[in-house]
Amino acid sequence: MRAAIATARVKGRPVYAFLGRSFALTKRYWPWEMTWLLYSSAMVLSIGFLAVGMERVSGIAVPVDKVLVYLLTGSLLWQYLSELFWETSNIISYERWEGTIEYTFMAPISRLTHLFGMSAFAACYAGARLVVLVGVCLLMFDLDLRGANLLGACAVLAISTLSLVGLGLMAACLPLMYTEKGMQMTSVVEAALLMVSGVYYPIEVLPGWLRFFSQFSPMTYTLQGMRAALLEGAGLGRLWGDILPLAVTAVVLIPLGLKVFAIAEAYCKRHGKLKRSG
Amino acid sequence: MCHPVPLMVRDVTKAFTQRRRREGGANGKARAITALSSVSMEVERGEIYGLLGPNGCGKSTLVRIISTLLLPDVGSAAVFGRDVVRDAAAVRRLVNRVSVEAAFFKKLSPTENLLYTARLYGLDPQEGIKRAYGMLAQVGFPMNRVHDSVEDLSRGQQQKVAIVRGLFTSPVLLLLDEPTTGLDPQSKREVQAFLRSVMRDDGATALFTTQDMEEADRLCHRIGIMCDGKIIAEGTPEELKALVRKGSLPQPSLEDVFLQLAGKSLEAPENE
Repeated sequence: MRAAIATARVKGRPVYAFLGRSFALTKRYWPWEMTWLLYSSAMVLSIGFLAVGMERVSGIAVPVDKVLVYLLTGSLLWQYLSELFWETSNIISYERWEGTIEYTFMAPISRLTHLFGMSAFAACYAGARLVVLVGVCLLMFDLDLRGANLLGACAVLAISTLSLVGLGLMAACLPLMYTEKGMQMTSVVEAALLMVSGVYYPIEVLPGWLRFFSQFSPMTYTLQGMRAALLEGAGLGRLWGDILPLAVTAVVLIPLGLKVFAIAEAYCKRHGKLKRSG
Repeated sequence: MCHPVPLMVRDVTKAFTQRRRREGGANGKARAITALSSVSMEVERGEIYGLLGPNGCGKSTLVRIISTLLLPDVGSAAVFGRDVVRDAAAVRRLVNRVSVEAAFFKKLSPTENLLYTARLYGLDPQEGIKRAYGMLAQVGFPMNRVHDSVEDLSRGQQQKVAIVRGLFTSPVLLLLDEPTTGLDPQSKREVQAFLRSVMRDDGATALFTTQDMEEADRLCHRIGIMCDGKIIAEGTPEELKALVRKGSLPQPSLEDVFLQLAGKSLEAPENE
């Protein structure tokens, strides 16, 4: 048992290298982290106030409590997804800017370990921010979560994170291949994904040709599952209809993300694009 | 049984595509820039092999290929018999690189950067840091600054940390890409003395690129002179000087050798 723990510690060192480094960088930039958290809070609260003000805007009675949870779920998940994508691709951009990208790419670790370390931090970071934003929402709004299946919602989010990591790996290719504009391109991917997934509306309101793409987005099932758990208290039986597609997309997207990243890396090594920094 | 040499490069060629810029900034016709042209060389065990040449001659390109950061178009390179393309993972376990740009996470301290490296290379962090601190002291780094942000250090101090970072993981083949460029004379001497002692004590092998002829003469067992992507001459410093020595005239310097063989100075414009 001791030998197994010792082996795990040695094997885990490279993964912890990325976690430790990214955590140290986050600490260094803490004023910017606070500012960014304030910005995210403002974005989420604005959506919440949209729900609260809907009766006044529309002039008709609306179930404000339900609409509030519905819209906040979308907004909070958008924040979570964008942080996951941002952190995964940001570290590539940041390393390029610092000139350390070559040093990391020539380290004696597998690309799986490298990307796992990056993704692990991205998931922890996005999760920590999500907890803070949920806390802000609980303070600002009188959320009616009676009957909500909170564990079920967390399970949906946890499974969803795996498929989002796969997408994040593919998005991380963009700053790898396109030095100047790659980071911004991940926002395009994120926005398109959320639009077809029904971030603030049921996907049924989308025109048919857009709704076609909804079935391929893991965020569709994440939003459906979390809303069912929070608004209806849906149990595992009902949530399984969303958890299964998420598990399947994770099994497909993670290896696909690794493969796409490997292709992007080979392209960069062929054309000398790893050299460029700043 | 024949033991593989630390580094074998065979007919490596590498070209990059570059687009000419038209007036007004629009992209023009693409052209191929040849960075390396059929380069072949070998580095023996325990040797410091110097690559001498002006900016843009292909030294860094060759180092990047050996580091597995760049794929050659033609030819092969092998580190202890492991091909840098097919066995890249194995090669990465054997090499480390110190480049002319001291690339760090500048907001982090030398200690944090070195801890990152130690974990990345699978070293015990505490043991690794202890070894790194010992080396930092040897190269004259002010130890009261190991917890300051790297961005607050001078260029020379940063480069010393970079050199220690390259060495404390005990690589079998060290790739030193102009590691003393930008250092003041005192720091240069400290680093050179340190490199000599580490190479001697650890039995490591090194490929050392530089534009400093005197440094190459002092440090390297053999030197390859590069020009326009080719190795135009190779040998010990004495052998190279003998190529251009004329009768009873004073012994030429390596600079004389380079000027004679390449027909240009080391300050030739960069063409990458």
